[in-house]
Amino acid sequence: MDAATQSLIADAVNNQPQSTVTVLSSLLAVEDAIGYIPKEAVEAVASRMDATVNDVWAVATFYPNFRFDPPMEHRVEVCWGPSCHVMGAGRIIAAAQDALGLSDEGDTPDGKATLRYNTCLGACAHAPVMAIDHHLAGRVTPESARDRIATALQSAPSH
Amino acid sequence: MAISTTTADFDSILAEAERRWQALTNGDRPWVRVGTGLAGEAAGGFEVVAAVNAVLAERQIQANVSEVGTLGLCFAEPLLDVQMPNGPRIFYRNVTPQIAQRIVSQHVTGGEPVSEHVLGYLGDAGAAQDGIPDLNDHPMLAQQQRIALRNAGHIDPSDLYQYIANGGYSALNKALTAMTPDEARQEVLTSGLRGRGGAAFPAGVKWGFLAGNPDPNKYILCNCEEGDPGAFNDRGILESDPATVVEGITIAGYACNANRGYVFIRHGHNQPIDRTRAVIEQAYELGLLGQNILGSDFSFDVEVALTGDSYVSGEETALMEAIEGKRSMPRYRPPFPAQVGVFGKPSNINNVKTLAYVPEIVARGGEWFAGIGTRPDPDNRINGSSGTAILCLSGDITYPGLIEVPLGMTFRQVLFDMAGGVPNGKSMKLLQTGGPLGGVLSASDANLDLVLDFDVFRAAGAILGSGGIIVCDEDTCAVDLTRNLIAFCQYESCGKCFPCRMGMSHLLEILERISNLEGTEEDLALMRNIGENMQAGSLCGHGQLGFNPVSSALRYFGDEFEAHIRDKRHTGDCPEQVFSPKLTRR
Ligand SMILES: Cc1cc2nc3c(=O)[nH]c(=O)nc-3n(C[C@H](O)[C@H](O)[C@H](O)COP(=O)(O)O)c2cc1C
Ligand code: SF4
Ligand code: FES
Repeated sequence: MDAATQSLIADAVNNQPQSTVTVLSSLLAVEDAIGYIPKEAVEAVASRMDATVNDVWAVATFYPNFRFDPPMEHRVEVCWGPSCHVMGAGRIIAAAQDALGLSDEGDTPDGKATLRYNTCLGACAHAPVMAIDHHLAGRVTPESARDRIATALQSAPSH
Repeated sequence: MAISTTTADFDSILAEAERRWQALTNGDRPWVRVGTGLAGEAAGGFEVVAAVNAVLAERQIQANVSEVGTLGLCFAEPLLDVQMPNGPRIFYRNVTPQIAQRIVSQHVTGGEPVSEHVLGYLGDAGAAQDGIPDLNDHPMLAQQQRIALRNAGHIDPSDLYQYIANGGYSALNKALTAMTPDEARQEVLTSGLRGRGGAAFPAGVKWGFLAGNPDPNKYILCNCEEGDPGAFNDRGILESDPATVVEGITIAGYACNANRGYVFIRHGHNQPIDRTRAVIEQAYELGLLGQNILGSDFSFDVEVALTGDSYVSGEETALMEAIEGKRSMPRYRPPFPAQVGVFGKPSNINNVKTLAYVPEIVARGGEWFAGIGTRPDPDNRINGSSGTAILCLSGDITYPGLIEVPLGMTFRQVLFDMAGGVPNGKSMKLLQTGGPLGGVLSASDANLDLVLDFDVFRAAGAILGSGGIIVCDEDTCAVDLTRNLIAFCQYESCGKCFPCRMGMSHLLEILERISNLEGTEEDLALMRNIGENMQAGSLCGHGQLGFNPVSSALRYFGDEFEAHIRDKRHTGDCPEQVFSPKLTRR
């Protein structure tokens, strides 16, 4: 791991603005800073929180928002919650898989993008909803989902 | 932790707030407001803000631009309004960056509304002369009674002065100067306020459990996990008017002699998180949080605590685990939170909506709130539901959005008179209420005549709960929707107890079989058996209520299950490929 990433981790773990600092808050801070939880971060959180490495892994693996290897350049999320489901989320998921050349959730082989399913992106009145690089888009169609993904893949990495 | 340095008296804070508000609304500049809550963002609200700012900068026009929360008219978002000095607010619907540019050049600069995109006006009726309709006459707004949402879409949610100028913090000031903690709690008892997080437990009674505990360190927890798909009212309140919640928590702290509060929000929902943090910081600066609030001997601290993706972390004891930074798995009870809560200290937990009502209840009196809603009817085991219902409408509905209506209205009034019914000439078939665990109702005449009341809903086998209502038209397959709901419940089971962990997986397997026309008659009995075990053997409500989607669907749409099993026939516009995520908690 390069020194810059190490220092981002240290900074995220040691300089949390809120007064209640926990294993979970530290992991979320690392995720915000570098987009994933490497083993070095688990160790940094354990030492900061006076916890064991196992304690920290236990928390990190419970919440599916954490990933453990470096993030892809772009992140595509599609909601499959019931509001979106009745408004055609299945077709949006199929379109997103197609646009990314994937058959399920996961990373594209070229390292460009991750596809994630989401249980509710919080904009249900605009179903079906997707998010690209954490930016919400509502009332998407299979065509507009494909267009948005294509545009994102052309753009600069999101982090 | 921030320690307030000022102990300014409330009157001088209010005077400053009013001065600023006057300058904003009756000064020499137009005021442009754009909805950029989660719904506004999904519709393109940020692009509209950027377009407005770009034109203003390019032409060097002086105007105030604010990002506001949601007015609830999600169907019309992005919603932008222009208020010329001393004029009404003129609202535009479905604004694109191109339309925004025109609005700036023609309306903000020239004073001439762009009529073809106007939705309506609010305020000074002079606008009616130009043929612009009163927005309050729009069916989605006409029958609303906005208490918790009173400021939503109107004020800049990140500016505490705007909240104060509109009546904010007069309730806390009243409580601190004219009421004992017990009197403040009594007002909430009198109001009949019932918790809006699902169980509808009387808030004043719950506060009494905490108030009675002599421990000097006690917590007020505000639950904005809101993992229920189809519900966005808690985040809607926090992204539109977080100050009413922070004031409500502070009053709850005073009434219960507590000294710390947490607002618990899921990581990643940035508008609610950032805006809540912004008003907390300003409250410290103005002496409305921290040591000796408004010069009284009451001290109280509030901060935002974040959780990862976990629906069950909204369960009250799981939430405490998450605040402590652990896996959010529910605890065994007893001990109950009022004895042993977060960090081992006595705690009270309420939903965002519950706490958002508190300032108005204290300001106007509990009797006023109790006068809104339904009356008790002991013969039918109806306890009465006071106040309003804050409903999230989504799915196959003409006007999806967020509304606040008096309890006691019927489903029919909400879904047809206000929200315009199902679009495209189709018929309404099914309603999914109260989150996935709430199950489904058929849109029968009897169900549409149900009045919005916690106990009436319970008696009908549904949950009003958090207020999410997903409307499904005739094309929706009840079996397919049930499978989707159980896929959610399966995915979100925390795994602590096996009746829920295994039960949900088995239910999903069976429902996938039935959806694929491979189910058998025995599958129905098998599901019932699993459901009984889940109900009897699960630790928390997730497993205990987790069979609701199946049992309610069998009750109202049993024939569709029969059609799949016996006739090998689909009963709606089923997707060709059955989709359920397989990734679960490790
Ligand atoms: C699985 C599960 C999830 C829950 N999620 C939430 C939630 O997201 N928000 C909420 O306010 N209450 C939720 N609850 C209910 C809380 O446990 C608790 O009853 C509620 O926050 C109390 O607030 P109230 O008294 O104001 O209703 C959930 C309960 C269960 C069993
Ligand atoms: S019922 Fe389900 S969600 Fe609740 S504790 Fe048990 S496994 Fe976890
Ligand atoms: S269900 Fe899709 S955004 Fe809420």
